[in-house]
Amino acid sequence: MEIRLEKFSKSFGPVNAIEDMDLAIGDGEMIALLGPSGCGKTTTLYAICGLHRVSAGRIWFGDREVTHLVPQERKVGVVFQSFALYPHLSTFENIAFPLQIRKESNADIERKVKDIANTLHIEELLGRRPGQLSGGQQQRVALARALVRRPDVLLMDEPLANLDAGLRLEMRSEIRRIQRESGCTSILVTHDQVEAMSMCDRIALMHKGKIQQIGTPDEMYHQPKNKFIAGFIGNPPISFADGVVEDGRFVAQGLSFELPDQIKGASVSAGQKIAIGVRPEYLQPDFATAIEGEVTFIESQGREILYDLKLGGGQIFRSIQSSEQTCKLGDQIHWGIDVNSVFFFDEQGVRL
Amino acid sequence: MDDRKTNWPLTLFLLIVSAPILIMYVWLFIDSVSEINIESIWPEKFTLRNWRFLTEEIPGHGSVWTATLNTTIFATSVVAIVVVLSSTAGYALSRLKFPFRAPFLGIVLLLHSFPSVTLIISIFLMLRMIGLYDTLVGVILVKAALELPFGIWIMKGFYDTVPWEIEMAGLQDGASRFQVWYKLVLPQIMPGVAALAIFSFMAGWSEFVLPLILAPSSDTRLLSVYLAGLIIDDYLSDFGLFKAVGLFYVVPVMIFYLFTQDKLMNIYGGGTKG
Repeated sequence: MEIRLEKFSKSFGPVNAIEDMDLAIGDGEMIALLGPSGCGKTTTLYAICGLHRVSAGRIWFGDREVTHLVPQERKVGVVFQSFALYPHLSTFENIAFPLQIRKESNADIERKVKDIANTLHIEELLGRRPGQLSGGQQQRVALARALVRRPDVLLMDEPLANLDAGLRLEMRSEIRRIQRESGCTSILVTHDQVEAMSMCDRIALMHKGKIQQIGTPDEMYHQPKNKFIAGFIGNPPISFADGVVEDGRFVAQGLSFELPDQIKGASVSAGQKIAIGVRPEYLQPDFATAIEGEVTFIESQGREILYDLKLGGGQIFRSIQSSEQTCKLGDQIHWGIDVNSVFFFDEQGVRL
Repeated sequence: MDDRKTNWPLTLFLLIVSAPILIMYVWLFIDSVSEINIESIWPEKFTLRNWRFLTEEIPGHGSVWTATLNTTIFATSVVAIVVVLSSTAGYALSRLKFPFRAPFLGIVLLLHSFPSVTLIISIFLMLRMIGLYDTLVGVILVKAALELPFGIWIMKGFYDTVPWEIEMAGLQDGASRFQVWYKLVLPQIMPGVAALAIFSFMAGWSEFVLPLILAPSSDTRLLSVYLAGLIIDDYLSDFGLFKAVGLFYVVPVMIFYLFTQDKLMNIYGGGTKG
């Protein structure tokens, strides 16, 4: 089922949480609403499932307009951050609840609950109460309850936030597997870019109530539209430095290099203030464009080593290297950056 | 809760402190089944004469069984009204947005702390006016109304502990707002409902002033009023009888309390987690 938001706006009293948001999600697609807290992603989710009234704009499921439908009429399955299982009911009764409310026959309920429990590998837990389940098991039950009545849309609000690290990894691939098997159009709300990138077909990155960019995880990483996106996506994060254009070169204190042709040719003029963004993997000892600085921080992450390099102008550049440690804290070193992989931004933060 | 160990020094201390009360109850029982010379405290011989009120009417005081039945009807009706209204009103005050919600909460709290005796004259006049004076229904309504502010606040407190997400999930699963309340939220606060029911039953059972003033005649009389009537009767100075009636009055509550005290404690705990 396709989902479309047209000029969707939501305000709480005088505060505009979301303004004129357009979003289209394809049938069977899984999309992430990614953003820092307070960016409006949960508000968007609650509007889609009908818990929030829409201030303006329209919401469509396929060719059915649902803007003013109550949650009960929308066929949306929701997994809440706290899982929101009903503590006084057994696992079976929890999963059966949406079916019982619809007054389906007991035989049907029994069969559907068994089916979905089978998909989620929770058959042996059906007799237990939520209080007797681990976090991961509760998560599976919540998913089963959301999926048991074959919803048009599956919404997940930070579904992994309440799990510990190991389980998070396991459930990441499990949720993706179940979403593929059910073929249910899904929206995942998260503040964790790793979750968004690893689980979803596309990511909609939100900031201050607006979608900054929608794209596949690869596009988001390699083709960010602006400085905010470049800074938000990527871990360890990108490093920024401010400077000006002089004679076809980027010049900042302690740092200067020839601009690549596609930047030089089109979009910059001499004296213009611009910023660069360098991802840690494009700052390596043997890259062409040399920069010089002092190593101020070293963190070994086992397979890789993370360095902070302090340039002459005080800018900190990060580098991640997979080889053996080659220098120590306080060393003055000459490394290089790959100019063709550097992002350039104008003064407003829009990528050139 | 299972591995509660008996703390003997503490138990002993509590036993000593509560000894006067215990002794009073024991003495009440002994006195009610013995003949006593007024000048000594020791009982002289066993008798069931003090319990004669169970089988015969004490002249001028009506049947104890009518009073017992009245008290039972009175207490259970108060429970029913208080539980039904508090559990719905508490939900509304905890969860729904409506005009004057905050002032309403304030007024309810004010009523809770208002000494009800000061209202008695106006209540008396109002009951006379609407024709409910000296009826059980009238005094039940008054008592339930006076218990409600407390009940509503307690219930609101319990509802406040139920997470919103449970209700959201219920709506999403297709349940109506009423089904969400009845099937999902109410079961979470059952300990609170039970505690409130017990509390208002005991409050109803022990109520004295309201029925004394508002329902004094013999066929609407409650046990508390019946007992007081015996005591102030100038032609009757049978202390053995008073004690037997007193014991008869207090025993149901004690038995009731014995079985429900665990649940009653919830009311002071505020809420429960599964």
